[in-house]
Amino acid sequence: MIKSLKVLQNPLANSSYQLDILEHSPTHKHTSFKDKVAATGMFPLLAGGVDIFQVNMGKMCNQVCKHCHVDAGPDRKEIMTRETMQLCLNVLANSRIKIVDLTGGAPELNPDFRWFVEQIKALGKHIIVRCNLTIILANKRFHDLPEFFKLHRIEVVSSLPSFTQDRTDKQRGDGVFEDSIKALQMLNAVGYGMADTGLTLNLVYNPAGAFLPPSQDALEKEYKFELMKKYNISFNSLFAITNMPISRYLDYLLTTSNYDKYMDKLIAAFNPAAVANVMCRNTISVGWDGFLYDCDFNQMLDLKVTPATSQHLADFDLRLLQNREIILKQHCYGCTAGAGSSCGGAVAE
Amino acid sequence: MADHYYNAEDLGKFGNIGDYQKEMADKFFSYYGEVFKDGALTAKEKSLIALAVAHAVQCPYCIDSYSSDAYEKGFSEAQMMEAVHVASAIKGGAVLVHGVQMMNKVKEISM
Repeated sequence: MIKSLKVLQNPLANSSYQLDILEHSPTHKHTSFKDKVAATGMFPLLAGGVDIFQVNMGKMCNQVCKHCHVDAGPDRKEIMTRETMQLCLNVLANSRIKIVDLTGGAPELNPDFRWFVEQIKALGKHIIVRCNLTIILANKRFHDLPEFFKLHRIEVVSSLPSFTQDRTDKQRGDGVFEDSIKALQMLNAVGYGMADTGLTLNLVYNPAGAFLPPSQDALEKEYKFELMKKYNISFNSLFAITNMPISRYLDYLLTTSNYDKYMDKLIAAFNPAAVANVMCRNTISVGWDGFLYDCDFNQMLDLKVTPATSQHLADFDLRLLQNREIILKQHCYGCTAGAGSSCGGAVAE
Repeated sequence: MADHYYNAEDLGKFGNIGDYQKEMADKFFSYYGEVFKDGALTAKEKSLIALAVAHAVQCPYCIDSYSSDAYEKGFSEAQMMEAVHVASAIKGGAVLVHGVQMMNKVKEISM
């Protein structure tokens, strides 16, 4: 099993080191993202509310994907405690936020995952779980996850970077494709992704290499056709997500000498129309230790939200956060390239 | 002028051909964009055709572009190589079929 950058003591495990590379490319100068946004008249970029409360429940994962921006894996021990979850629940109980997006690592590996889901549901919130699929087969105690998801009407969002084995396993590890297919069939069996059940199963595509996603619509049609034909699998929507040049994907770009070319691609594909719809404008991202960020990517770069008096759940001040200034760095090009990219896929035509 | 004919960076300057003749360049790029849109053939299918043609015309810029584009659009390595073989077969066949002309000529002049 591949080890995390942190355990390998790779300098890229250090967020300051990553930011230094991003902001001061060692090989050539890339146009500043802030300047690009300024040219659209949208700088400083401000949040327009907090509709989505995205919680990173920990960095522990049963997979070690080559592109992972979290640097997650079995050797990561950072995990959200029940006390921090209670702080999340306090915030949710006192706000009109309707959507809670649970991510990780594999959020299901957190021992309090099911308790947390039940508490959030009791508050009447809609829950999204970013399930890596293979967790369902990783251990007998997870085999009932499809039933658990169904019981709480959870929206399941799962990565499947290709409908072929070679590309999926190249990115996510040997055997991941086969287990992912079995897990999708288990989800279908309880009604997920099936017509008229109301049980939503969305898939996520992200490129297995140094390139940008193709058209989301065209890809969704192809996924639906191929997965049905070969495996009798149904799903609702496909989200095409661009890989962010941070953490393990940044390591891949640098070690394969693709970094500058990839940044050039992102910059050349900058789409001003995507800026208005980037996810940080309506999302707040919560770290495993309760700190607050504009998005999961800024979280991994340890860029806490700008309001200095509301950087932790214990000090959550919606009034300050809902129109905060978003912290912009060079990796943000990943969210504005082409049709744009977010946890919900493309954001522009 | 560089001391070699091909430079990878020149691909990124393709749009600059309009500096010397804007109207024709604009028409060409507009047409080019239209050709590669989804139509009776999908944009993905067109990408694989372009990859094969790129090899047939042996254009390094086009091979660079359409190797990336076809892979990005989801073609496998094996599919892309088969497309190159199609180009190779057609080019090879185009050479070989002229052998009939050679045979015709030889027959014409021989006893």
